[in-house]
Amino acid sequence: MRVVVTAQGTDLDSPTSPIFGRCPAFVFVDPETMEFEAVANASVAAGGGAGIQAAQWVVDKGAQAVLSHNVGPNAFAVLSQAGVAVYRIEPAGTVRQAVEAYVAGRLQAISGANVASHTGMSGMGRRGGGR
Amino acid sequence: MVVTVASGKGGTGKTLVATGLADVLSGEAGSNVQLVDCDVEEPNAHLFLRPQLHRSEEVTHPVPQVDLTQCTFCGRCAQVCEFHAIAVLSGKVMVFTEMCHGCGSCARQCPEGAITEVPELLGHLEFGRAGAIAFAHGRLEVGQALATPVIRQLKARALPRAASTAMSILDAPPGNACSVVETLRGSDYAILVTEPTPFGLHDLKLAVELARDALGLPVGVIINRDGMGDAGVESFCAAAGVPVLTRLPFDRRVARAYSEGQLWTRVLPEYRSQMLEVARAVRSLTEATS
Repeated sequence: MRVVVTAQGTDLDSPTSPIFGRCPAFVFVDPETMEFEAVANASVAAGGGAGIQAAQWVVDKGAQAVLSHNVGPNAFAVLSQAGVAVYRIEPAGTVRQAVEAYVAGRLQAISGANVASHTGMSGMGRRGGGR
Repeated sequence: MVVTVASGKGGTGKTLVATGLADVLSGEAGSNVQLVDCDVEEPNAHLFLRPQLHRSEEVTHPVPQVDLTQCTFCGRCAQVCEFHAIAVLSGKVMVFTEMCHGCGSCARQCPEGAITEVPELLGHLEFGRAGAIAFAHGRLEVGQALATPVIRQLKARALPRAASTAMSILDAPPGNACSVVETLRGSDYAILVTEPTPFGLHDLKLAVELARDALGLPVGVIINRDGMGDAGVESFCAAAGVPVLTRLPFDRRVARAYSEGQLWTRVLPEYRSQMLEVARAVRSLTEATS
């Protein structure tokens, strides 16, 4: 069994990250042994499709559950198609605390994307006035 | 010649200037003027010109279709997609067509030849006339995000092939993003419409950087709603050597005409000579630099 936590650093005591596609790091943890593997997220600087890329990667790495705070629509679509459950963690806390909460059954599975596309990006949208 | 009306900031009067210029030029003897509304996300020039549309065409782009009977789920297509438009899961391939740029890499790189490209509708182009003005605009399909291919095809279809004495006026989208670059590309001149406020100045600087410095176009500024705000835009133009083509006063009657969908240069003919001078200035400035 492997779960993955979106994190700001690469160990169990790193703070969790509130974003999925562009989180700084993914920490894969075996909840039974607390053995972990931490990997920097290659999608951080993706121009677009970071959520899809990150979700594909998490699936390929064999995670059965994602513990994160905000997951966008495209990432959520990939994860749910792959049968990977997404659990909502509290915005504060560490990777270790998130996994402990998961093991204790305190986390809620989310049933849909809970943020819009590009939430983890600094935007560059249209700048319309009354046109 | 092709003149693009751009702004940086939205709501400064691009469409006001573009429709006004087209209208006064169409009143000249032997006129040959065209207006192309390139803001395919929110075209609005037609609201004022009320053209008779007589032809439309579709704009499509190629997106991948995966034959799952041929696919081995190797994931190569997802790896080569620069835009992350494909996810390959065990026994499933997900294509996010709204992310796809139609480059064809996935189809070319598939070792099984399992991917064919099929056209997806991006938008529509419409062509017509408003009196003596040749008119064209594009409209992006709801749910589509790629404005640039629609603008590219609109310009390819609408603009005269040969250099001519005609004036084609392109009404650009707001901002300084890809769709504005696509509109400005190949223009002979850029009119940058701004307002004398800190917002107008901030975005005017970006628009000058884009049109003049990055794309190498001759540029001139029209200050709309002159009399409000501050002198920041004037000082910037003087320091940067950008000519101010004209100043349109902050006139409630113009705002009213515009809000009612009336062509302001018809409702307020006292502005016609001012806009004609702008057109002549642009012509001579372009001839001086070409």
